Amino acid sequence: MTLLAGSDYGEVRTWRKGSYGRYVLGRCLGAVGSLGFMLVVSFFLFRVLPGDPARTLGRGRFTTPEQLEEFNRTYGLDQSLPRQFLTFVQNTLSGDLGISLRYRVPVSDLIVDRMWPTILLVGSSTVLAIVIGVWMGVRGAWNRGGRFDNTSTGVSLTLYSMPEWWLGLLLIAALAVGVGPLPGLFPTGGLHSIDAEPGTVSWVLDTIWHLTLPVVTLTLAYLADYALIMRSSLLDELGEDYLTTARAKGLRDVQVRNRHAVRNALLPTTTIVALNIGFVVSGAITVETVFSIPGLGLLATEALTVPDYWVLQGTFLIASTGVILANLAANLVYGLLDPRVRT
Amino acid sequence: MSAPVGTDVPADLSARALARRRRQESRRRGWRTFRGHRSGMVGLGILTVFILLALLAPLILPAEGLEVTKATGGVLEPPSTEFWLGTDDKGRSVLTLLVWGARISLFVGLMATLVAMVIGTLIGLTSGFFGGWPGALLFRMTEWFLVIPFLPLAIVLSTVLGRSLLNIVIVIGVTSWPGTALLIRSQTITIRERPYLERARVLGAGSAHQIRRHVLPNVMPMVFANTTLTVAIAILTETTLSFLGLGDPTRVSWGSMLDAAFEVGAITTGAWWFIVPPGVCVVLVVLSFTLVGKALEEVLNPRLGMR
Repeated sequence: MTLLAGSDYGEVRTWRKGSYGRYVLGRCLGAVGSLGFMLVVSFFLFRVLPGDPARTLGRGRFTTPEQLEEFNRTYGLDQSLPRQFLTFVQNTLSGDLGISLRYRVPVSDLIVDRMWPTILLVGSSTVLAIVIGVWMGVRGAWNRGGRFDNTSTGVSLTLYSMPEWWLGLLLIAALAVGVGPLPGLFPTGGLHSIDAEPGTVSWVLDTIWHLTLPVVTLTLAYLADYALIMRSSLLDELGEDYLTTARAKGLRDVQVRNRHAVRNALLPTTTIVALNIGFVVSGAITVETVFSIPGLGLLATEALTVPDYWVLQGTFLIASTGVILANLAANLVYGLLDPRVRT
Repeated sequence: MSAPVGTDVPADLSARALARRRRQESRRRGWRTFRGHRSGMVGLGILTVFILLALLAPLILPAEGLEVTKATGGVLEPPSTEFWLGTDDKGRSVLTLLVWGARISLFVGLMATLVAMVIGTLIGLTSGFFGGWPGALLFRMTEWFLVIPFLPLAIVLSTVLGRSLLNIVIVIGVTSWPGTALLIRSQTITIRERPYLERARVLGAGSAHQIRRHVLPNVMPMVFANTTLTVAIAILTETTLSFLGLGDPTRVSWGSMLDAAFEVGAITTGAWWFIVPPGVCVVLVVLSFTLVGKALEEVLNPRLGMR
C-alpha cells in the first residue's frame, strides 16, 4: 500500500532527463499499455480460466445441446481464441459490454446510470481526506512528539487498520439509528428521499444529507494515509539546510513552515494521491453496499449473488479505466510540479 | 544485514562459522532495538494473545459451539453470564464464533501473505536483477497491479474461481504482491551495483550463485518487515471479501460474522454484540501487525529511526 511510497528510486540515475513533452508521451503510452493489459486480463479471466465458459456463465441453465450452441454463438464462443479476443476488444471499444443477466439491459447503460453517485462519493471524500490528512500530518510533524502528534498518529494508525465498511456500520448505528435516547440524525442509506423532487434546491440538500455519512466514512478511512505520509515526508525535510537559512533570514516559524518546508514535503504526498485512487474506489464499493447507495459498487456487489458476469466485468473495466486515467492525470501534474521526475 | 563473509571460497567452514556468528549477533542487536519500541512490543503482545487463542481454540471452547443444530441460545440474545458476548442469529455464542473465527482469519491472512511474498520476491528479483526488456515488462506489470483497484479484481477473481478457503488465499495472494515486488526490485537494483557483487562476477559467479549468496541474504530482512505489513492488509482483505460473501461459506471468520450480522439487520435492531466484537478483533490484529511491521522496518533500516 502507501507504506511503500517512493520505491522506484534507483531509477532516476540511469534514465536521461527529458522534456515535459517526452514525459507526457511516455506516460500516455504507459496508460495505453495498462488499458490494453486490463483488456487481456479481463478477457482471460472470463473466458479461459473457468474451463468451459458456457457452463460457468450459464451456471447449469442450459439443459439441451442446442441451447448451449445458441449461447456459444451469441457470445462468439465458437470462434478461435484470437478471433474472440478481437471481437471482445472491438465490442468493448464501441461501448458494448454485454447484456446484464439480471436486469436484461445493456451493461453500458447500467454503468452510465450508476456512475455519478460513485464519482461524487470518491471525489468528495478524496478531496476531504487530502485536506484534513495533510493538515494533520503537517501539524503533527512540526511539533513532533507533542500531544497532537501522538494522538493523531495513534488515530491514523487505528483508522488505517479498520475495514472502512465496518466504520460505516458503526456510524450508521451511532448517527443514523441512534444510540439509547439519542435519535438518528442521518438516513441509514440510499441517495434520495422518496418524496424529493429532482432538480430542486431541497433535492440537492437531501442528496447531501444522504451522502454525509458515506463521505465521512471514506474520508476517515483514507485520511490516515495522507496524514502518515505527509508527517514522514515533512520530517525528512526538517533537517535540511534551507530551513536553517530561511530561519536565519528572520522568517517567522509559520512562514518557514508554509513557504518552504511544506511545499517540498507535498511532492511525495502527490504520488500517494495517485496510488490511493484505486484503494478509494475499492472502499467505495463496500461503503456503497453498506449505505445502499445506487452506485457502481452496489451494482457490483448485487451482481455477485446472481452471479451476473457481464456486469462484474463491466464494473471491473470501468473502475480500472477510471483509476488508470486518474493516475495518468496525477502523474502529468506531478511532472509539471517536479521536473526531476521527467525521466 | 550481515554480508556473508568469504562465501566465494567453497566449503570454507571457518568462514561460514564466522558468518553465522555475525548473523546471530546482528539478530540479537536487532531484538534489543526492537524491545526499545514500545508500540512494536505492544503489537507483539496482542498478536501473541490472538495466536495463542487461535491455536488453543479447541481446548477453550469446543467446536460443537459452531454447529447450528446444537445451538443452545436464543436468537440474538444480549450478553449474559452464560453467553458473555451474546448470541448470533442462529443462537450460537458470539464468543465461540469469535475465537474460532480467529483461526480462519489468521490462517488466511498468513497463507495469503506467503503466496504474495513468493510471487513478489520472484518477480521483484527477476525484474531487478536481470533488467533488460523482460525486467521492464515485469516492472510495468507490477505497476499495473499496484494501480488497479484491488477489490473489483478480487471480486472478479473469486467469482471466477469459486468460493473455498484455498481460493480466497489465492485471490488475496494474487492481488497483494506488487508492493513487495517493487520493494525487492529497488533493493536488488542497488545491491547489484555494489562492488562486492562486481567482484563476484569477475570471479566467475553465475546469476544463480549471485542471487542465492549475495542478493537474497541482503534483501530478506526487508522482505521480513514487509511481510508483517502485508499480513495486516491480507487480513483486512479477507474480512472485506468474506463480508461481501466471497469467503468459504462453510467456515466462520470475522468477516463472515460481520456479513451475517449485516444480513440479519443487527444494526437496526441494536444487536451491537454481533457487530462490535468481530470488528474490534480485526482492528486489534491488523493494528498489531502494522505496529510490529513498522518497528521492524526501523530496526532493519536505521535511517528511518529519526521519525
